[in-house]
Amino acid sequence: MSEEPREKAIRSSATAPHEAPPHRSGEAHHHHTHAANSRHPGHHHLLQVEGLSAAFEMYAPGAPFFEAERRLVPVIRDVSLGVHEGEVLAVVGASGAGKSLLAEAIMGIAAPNERIVGRIWFDGELEDEAGIERLRSREIAFVPQSIACLDPLMRVGEQVRGIPRGKGAARKADVARRIERQRELFRRYRLDESVERLYPHELSGGMARRVLLCCALVDEPRLIIADEPTPGLDLQLAEAALADLRAFADEGGAVMLITHDIELALAVADRVAVFHDGTVVEETSVASFASPELLRHPFSRELWHALPEHDFAVASRSVR
Amino acid sequence: MAAPLDVARANAASIPVIAAPGARALPSRRGDLARVISIGAALALVLVAGAILVPVAQEADFMAKNLPPSIGHPFGTDWMGRDMLCRTIAGLSISASLGLGAALAAAGVSLVLGCVAALGGPKADAMVSGAIDVVMGLPHIVLLILVSFAFGKGFTGVVGAIALTEWPRLARVVRAEMLQCRESDYVMAARKLGQGPVKVATHHLVPYVLPQFAVGLVLLFPHAILHEASLTFLGFGLPPEVPAIGSILSESMGYLVGGEWWLVLWPGLSLVLCVLGFDMLGRSLARLLIRGDGL
Amino acid sequence: MVRFILKNLLKACLLVVVVSFVVFCLVDLSPVDPVQANVGQAAYLTMSEAKRAQLEAYWGAGEPLPVRYGRWLAGLLQGDLGMSLRYNEPVTQVIAERAAPSLALLSIAWAGSGILGFVLGVGAGMAERRWPDRIIRGWCFVMTSIPSFWLALILLMVFAVALGWFPIGFAASIGVASADVTWADAIHHLALPAICLTLAGVAPVCLHTREKVVEFEAGDVAGFAKLRGEGPWQRFWRHGLRNVALPALTLQCASIGEIFGGAVLVEEVFSYPGLGQAAVTAGLGSDVCLLAGIAVVTALLVFGGNFAADLLYGVIDPRMREARAAKRAARGGVLGWLVNRPEDYDEPLPDAGEVERGGSA
Repeated sequence: MSEEPREKAIRSSATAPHEAPPHRSGEAHHHHTHAANSRHPGHHHLLQVEGLSAAFEMYAPGAPFFEAERRLVPVIRDVSLGVHEGEVLAVVGASGAGKSLLAEAIMGIAAPNERIVGRIWFDGELEDEAGIERLRSREIAFVPQSIACLDPLMRVGEQVRGIPRGKGAARKADVARRIERQRELFRRYRLDESVERLYPHELSGGMARRVLLCCALVDEPRLIIADEPTPGLDLQLAEAALADLRAFADEGGAVMLITHDIELALAVADRVAVFHDGTVVEETSVASFASPELLRHPFSRELWHALPEHDFAVASRSVR
Repeated sequence: MAAPLDVARANAASIPVIAAPGARALPSRRGDLARVISIGAALALVLVAGAILVPVAQEADFMAKNLPPSIGHPFGTDWMGRDMLCRTIAGLSISASLGLGAALAAAGVSLVLGCVAALGGPKADAMVSGAIDVVMGLPHIVLLILVSFAFGKGFTGVVGAIALTEWPRLARVVRAEMLQCRESDYVMAARKLGQGPVKVATHHLVPYVLPQFAVGLVLLFPHAILHEASLTFLGFGLPPEVPAIGSILSESMGYLVGGEWWLVLWPGLSLVLCVLGFDMLGRSLARLLIRGDGL
Repeated sequence: MVRFILKNLLKACLLVVVVSFVVFCLVDLSPVDPVQANVGQAAYLTMSEAKRAQLEAYWGAGEPLPVRYGRWLAGLLQGDLGMSLRYNEPVTQVIAERAAPSLALLSIAWAGSGILGFVLGVGAGMAERRWPDRIIRGWCFVMTSIPSFWLALILLMVFAVALGWFPIGFAASIGVASADVTWADAIHHLALPAICLTLAGVAPVCLHTREKVVEFEAGDVAGFAKLRGEGPWQRFWRHGLRNVALPALTLQCASIGEIFGGAVLVEEVFSYPGLGQAAVTAGLGSDVCLLAGIAVVTALLVFGGNFAADLLYGVIDPRMREARAAKRAARGGVLGWLVNRPEDYDEPLPDAGEVERGGSA
């Protein structure tokens, strides 16, 4: 069965392309190729994003001051990507290319002058604004870049636990569950029990990363979106942080890892989405980075050329 | 790859909208400009009209004492039969021009001291900070009373008092902006090229702080006018025969119990509108000059 | 902690000396002749030489500045602030008599405007750019443009003259000896000035709080809370309140001077016998000692407010203890810690992660 015509067929169909029939691992479908462990329970991706665009309403730059018209300046254009269960998808792009905006757009967070359009499916369901909001608190968790995202006036343990849900007895039970879960996570991520009582500014860099991950995991999400989890960490801590994400994927979760570091991405991810010029130009398996012929977009090839060639083969196995 | 979709036309292409900006996400530049021009023109008109009306406002007509507002006297007349509309406009003009003069003087002080603090080295900086601490350490009104007393009350007393009380806030802005500018590359380059400190200050630093300074100056106007009115109301300002709003209200206070409400309401209300006008002018100007893109 | 308090005590003493010196210098500069100002133009011209000389000696004219200031300062060490020439009483007594009604007025207005302003500011900030925000903000801008004495006049006109709900002025009914004033009567007289001063003080706290709420909502902490699925009010109660309350409290502590300024004018309108009215009398009557006494007392009031804000920060904000110590050390010197104002705490503190990363990079 030839891949090209099939892909064309999917694209041209008027209905949602991801509802297409099952396909084999490793084959190309809706704009991407698979990795060996990309799984499709229920014949769909855990997260599928299509035609996602974001633009800021601004005054036209360069125009005379008072004549300037308001216009939408696009920052993210027509992004499509998918994340499977059990895999790590790395979104790789240059610093300042709008990758963090992409993460926020997927989670439905917009600036006051921002316009976001697109289709987002989670676990086979097309989500509207309210649906995305619901996902945010239960199914999708975000791991932010820096400790500055934690409340400086609240103890770490309390912040990891988050807000209990429900009313009355259910709420009480949820509080207890959250305390239990937070302690369990701290044990698992080698955080001392006393860390609970610290304030964010008292954490070291490595502790801070693990605390932020714990924040994400407390609600037992199915997908984690991690935004640049490694800058500023030394190599050992960075590897540990990525290993934690990898472990989450290996247990059946899905991870979308946003980074500017292609080497790191290749070391930990199963697939790579190359983000360039406001859009995802190529979504492919890590194996494709073995040789430039397997890469379709010129920018991906540029990335390949920027790699220290022999380091790659070693790095790709080192974390797993 | 599919051709990039025009985000603005996404509705037409039936792609669901996840978030959209509100109608007022961006402030209107032209609206702000219109506001600056119209408020500025209105205030200038009041200043000029008031200056012309000062002699008319003094005219007493004992046949028409204590009249409530009517078509002939929209703001009524006082106990000497003077028309309150003329008196209000004249008073507004006097109060506003005093306030403007005082604000300009305060801005001058703050520019000089801000420059000294930013450029004069750590000792000068500490001295200016100490002076700011003393000025900020006293309630404004106490300092106003003291300084206007020291200047012997009257016109110079009011201007001097407000200038010496109001400068710290703007001086801090000037100092902070200048320090930031001094560290910038092009000033460093100018210094390396051998430009003296005075030339650096006048050619680079002052133009750099000018927008902030202009906005700060306009935003000083309302404070200065309010302080002027307070001082005159308490009797530290102008002699009673000069009809500034403060002295009009101070005199009217004696007739309050008699129920002559128009003597208090209209002059005060017009003062409030004048101050509000300067305040809006300053805020519109701030949006235009400092945060040009409005965000 | 002991060091901190000692330092601030020393600072307060220095402030008293500087402020009183400034007062004496300013009064010395004044061209106003105290004798002429107090007996009136006509009486002054018809006065005999001997009488004039006697009065000049009474008002202390003709004595050089250092002598007068030195004597005042020596008296201060014994708790004597000199004689008030206008009231013909010791300054300490004049101030003591007037402190109680003034403090009642100030504290009600301080607490009232703080609470009202904070609540309104939070409401406006949480509804950023929507109609509650626009109404509250517009109201605040109007309130900042209203001179407090005119607000007092209007309230007096409506509620005391026209409606007759409140007395027209003074701290107690006329003709009642001060020992016989009942609580109800005192409160009845206090109510309208207090309401007026409260309303006049709302706008600054409200606008400041609104800015802080908007800033918080746009910041990283609220952004992360949003991403974790916390609703607007959930994240306000959980994170926003404590982060916004501190700066608001600081501002309110630092605004005691402004509220006192309003009190001077309001007391004047309501003929309320407080410190403000004494200050006006002293200023109009060239009463140097009383002026200096009031300036020192109000400066200490303002200082106390800032000191309280400082203490509160140290107690509430866990980052402060270390940051403050570091800042003091960096500035160094006597002038260094004199420059250290509570406003400095508005500067963003370096976040621990950043420092860590800087170290490991």
